[in-house]
Amino acid sequence: MPKVKIPRKSTLVDMTAMCDVAFLLLTFFMLTTQFKSDDPVVVSLPSSISEIKMPDVNIVTVTIDKSGKVFFGMEGKYNREKLIDKIAENKNMTITPEQKRIFSLLSSFGVPISKLPEFLDLSQEERNKPGYQTGIPVDSTNNELKEWLKFAKIVVYETDRSLYVNQLFAIKGDGSAAYPLVKKVMNTFQDKTLQINKFRLVTNLEAAPPVQK
Amino acid sequence: MAEMVVKESKGKKGKGGKKAKKMSTRVDLTPMVDLGFLLVTFFMLTTTFSKPQTMEINMPIKDDTVKEEEKQAVKATHAMSIIADENNLVYVYMGIDDPNPIKTDYSANGIRKILYEKVREVDNLTVLIKPTDKSTYKNVVDLLDEMNITKVKRYALVPVEPHDMDIIKKLL
Repeated sequence: MPKVKIPRKSTLVDMTAMCDVAFLLLTFFMLTTQFKSDDPVVVSLPSSISEIKMPDVNIVTVTIDKSGKVFFGMEGKYNREKLIDKIAENKNMTITPEQKRIFSLLSSFGVPISKLPEFLDLSQEERNKPGYQTGIPVDSTNNELKEWLKFAKIVVYETDRSLYVNQLFAIKGDGSAAYPLVKKVMNTFQDKTLQINKFRLVTNLEAAPPVQK
Repeated sequence: MAEMVVKESKGKKGKGGKKAKKMSTRVDLTPMVDLGFLLVTFFMLTTTFSKPQTMEINMPIKDDTVKEEEKQAVKATHAMSIIADENNLVYVYMGIDDPNPIKTDYSANGIRKILYEKVREVDNLTVLIKPTDKSTYKNVVDLLDEMNITKVKRYALVPVEPHDMDIIKKLL
């Protein structure tokens, strides 16, 4: 019997189309990406039907995690530099330029002011080690959150008055955080010296239910 | 894998003239695709897609100088109290002394149904949200969200009082 010859086909495939797709996706992701910020805690947000987007600029965020720790974050590297200067001046602390640089890169932190210089000397891994950041005290006798908020307002006030009027304050709380602590933070916002009566609650988007008549 | 695919042109050999070899313009794109997908993967993993939403709340100005009489009183018939308690339970009662408080939950058939009914029944319904110390932040956000869903125009976040606990005691 004569051998049936199976024609050998080349295994090489034209990669052009695949390459096109890959770079199309790459371009899309590059343009839409926003890097995850290195928050010291993971917060699972409650959801709401509110569709107001969280602004990127001129916002101060107070994060409350599920174990009841309070973290403070202010947008803007330049603002944070000024903020630490103000705090250091107020508390008679000396802050080295290196510490200041590190502070200006922190998107959020949660240590008492007294521990701040020590905290800033640590490496990034040590700083973000779970349990190291004990939270900012918000007790009525020792309310450091109030100080941070006060100076955050002053910093923006000195930079630009129009920004000061539109400065936003947000609470980014974990869904399972106990309400009394949230109330404490809200009360701090509304303190006579701060008068932040309008603020935002950060939530995830949830589909609105069908409208009932 | 990474070799260049170069097809040699089959020029006719017979002619004496030197012909420049025609090189194929086809290049193996596999490494480029590899690189492309590597970067795609990187961006996919580091990106945060949806920005979180925010809910705006306005709290009344805390002012001790305002006298008790000058404060805006809520008519008892328009008032509805929602008490958020532990274990995701909510208690609802109308007015000041409702003999029939309701115990419900955060589902669509629970508090939302009651709110829809009351919004229809009562003009100028004012909802007082009273979270107890055992409630969680999620409970409060859920209730504020229900206000937006059911379009309650007037609502306030107020502290829970002993009186409220007395009313709901029989349901506990």
